[in-house]
Amino acid sequence: MTILLDFEEPIKALETKILELKTLDSGSNMNITSEITKLEAKCQAQLVSIYSNLTPWQKVQIARHPERPQFLDYIKELVTDFTPLSGDRVFGEDPAIIGGLGVFRGIPCMIMGHQKGTDMESRKHHSFGMAKPEGYRKAVRLMDLADRFSLPIITLVDTAGAYPGIEAEERGQAEAIARSIQKCLEVSVPFISVIIGEGGSGGAIALAVANKVFMLENSVYSVISPEGCASILWKSRNNAKEAATALKLSAQDLFDLKIIDAIIKEPLGGAHRSKISTISFVGDEIEKNLRTLMKQNGETLLKTRREKFYQMGSL
Amino acid sequence: MNWITNFVRPKIKAFMGKTDIPENLWHKCPSCEQMLFAKDLEENLHICRHCGHHKRLSGKQRLETLLDKGSVSRFSLPKVPLDPLKFKDSKKYIDRLKDAKQKTGGEDALIIAEGKINELPVIVAIFDFDFMGGSMGPAVGEGFIFAARLAKQRKTPFICVSSSGGARMQEGILSLMQMARTTAAICELKEENIPYIVLLADPTTGGVSASLAMLGDIAISEPRAEICFTGARVIQETIRGTLPEGFQRAEYLLDHGMIDLIVSRHELKNEISKILRILFHK
Repeated sequence: MTILLDFEEPIKALETKILELKTLDSGSNMNITSEITKLEAKCQAQLVSIYSNLTPWQKVQIARHPERPQFLDYIKELVTDFTPLSGDRVFGEDPAIIGGLGVFRGIPCMIMGHQKGTDMESRKHHSFGMAKPEGYRKAVRLMDLADRFSLPIITLVDTAGAYPGIEAEERGQAEAIARSIQKCLEVSVPFISVIIGEGGSGGAIALAVANKVFMLENSVYSVISPEGCASILWKSRNNAKEAATALKLSAQDLFDLKIIDAIIKEPLGGAHRSKISTISFVGDEIEKNLRTLMKQNGETLLKTRREKFYQMGSL
Repeated sequence: MNWITNFVRPKIKAFMGKTDIPENLWHKCPSCEQMLFAKDLEENLHICRHCGHHKRLSGKQRLETLLDKGSVSRFSLPKVPLDPLKFKDSKKYIDRLKDAKQKTGGEDALIIAEGKINELPVIVAIFDFDFMGGSMGPAVGEGFIFAARLAKQRKTPFICVSSSGGARMQEGILSLMQMARTTAAICELKEENIPYIVLLADPTTGGVSASLAMLGDIAISEPRAEICFTGARVIQETIRGTLPEGFQRAEYLLDHGMIDLIVSRHELKNEISKILRILFHK
């Protein structure tokens, strides 16, 4: 059973009942079978009603769902011959950002993204997807490599933000992020970014200054976390819900503000309920756009990428 | 009650006219707590005579102290949509904006101008920390891009003085995008070999330090200026440990290889013009 979020409570009773009946039923009892079918339909209807009216804060919760597909799930489904490349050649290796060479649906490319981890041990290993300077410097190195060998770049963004700690500051977190943004704006290859979960501030945009930027339906992308915003402007983290609404961080908001190019639909009940189809939807959107971008020359790609960002939010 | 209070004082007052006593005649140095005479402080470029503490400057004060007298001509910031998010917390964002405009007399948290530093023409973009903490939203971003492009067009060195709490929350994702937009303008300068010098003034933090402020060809700071990505308070809350002495101060960044030099405000103009002369083989 999937981990339920607080607003999904109404389906909890139904799901438990279905499970109960399923263990009772050996398949021969028609009454039970029809009861299960009924309950499942009810459950489905309930999901539809919950998921068609999500508040921004609920989307934040879905975007952070521990069972939401992560970078490595996408690699497994979409990329063959994945060859992870490690290290920034300056200080170290940061597993919060994974990147490497691979073949995406027949297209050789450079693909990278944040990995949050799936259990306590791996979360610690990937430092919850919060990258340190060496992570961004590795990204710069890989983007450079991609540029030299004319490989398209795909980034999958899923981070609460850059790592907030002494060692990160000591090694120049601000500079590392700035250089990563700069590198995004200097490469002459097709560049596609997808916000697959959380797009947390500078730590996210460092990998997302691309020709095309997409968001999964229930992902969020924001200048600051709702909690951070609430604690500064409302003086209390308890106002995160209000902050989430005020920040306009949903995919629909960003599409309306012309920040992203398209929204990628999630299956009913969110990406965490149907990982494989979510991943293939993302793959389809990337492939379609990548094949179009690959027809353009490097100069055009670079120019239009910059122009796209210059256009944002201006009159 | 005698004739002096009843008669002489009012006479003298009437004779002298209304006395205007400025409110901020004296300043207490936040570092050594010595009392400083305001006029004195101003003449000394807002540096404490006792301990050398560099007081944070407003955008206007920075403009006046950095550029040669009489050389300055300001540009107004390009227009951007007003309050695109209709943001409201305990107060409406448009009201906060109004207050900030009234308080500072500025258009937004950036001043852009052309002028000279020791006779050398420059374009400057100066953050005004007094305007909503120098936060960067679309107006600041647009102003920065305008100034950078002007520098590129005229082949004039571009100087940015950053002093900012980071991206402006009230304009949400549009503020975050300024990190990319301003960086694109810097890329253009680099490709044309136009010098881009950043003075990371107190404080330079968050989205501003993680974009335009850390991309200077030359990075200068002033003594004890705070420079960071994540603020000390947030780090403290996260790690629940003690922070090193002098953490995130200019000296700390210099030690860790993140900036080129720390310059006293007295020497700033000379240092910048010296660098520019060498870069231009003059």
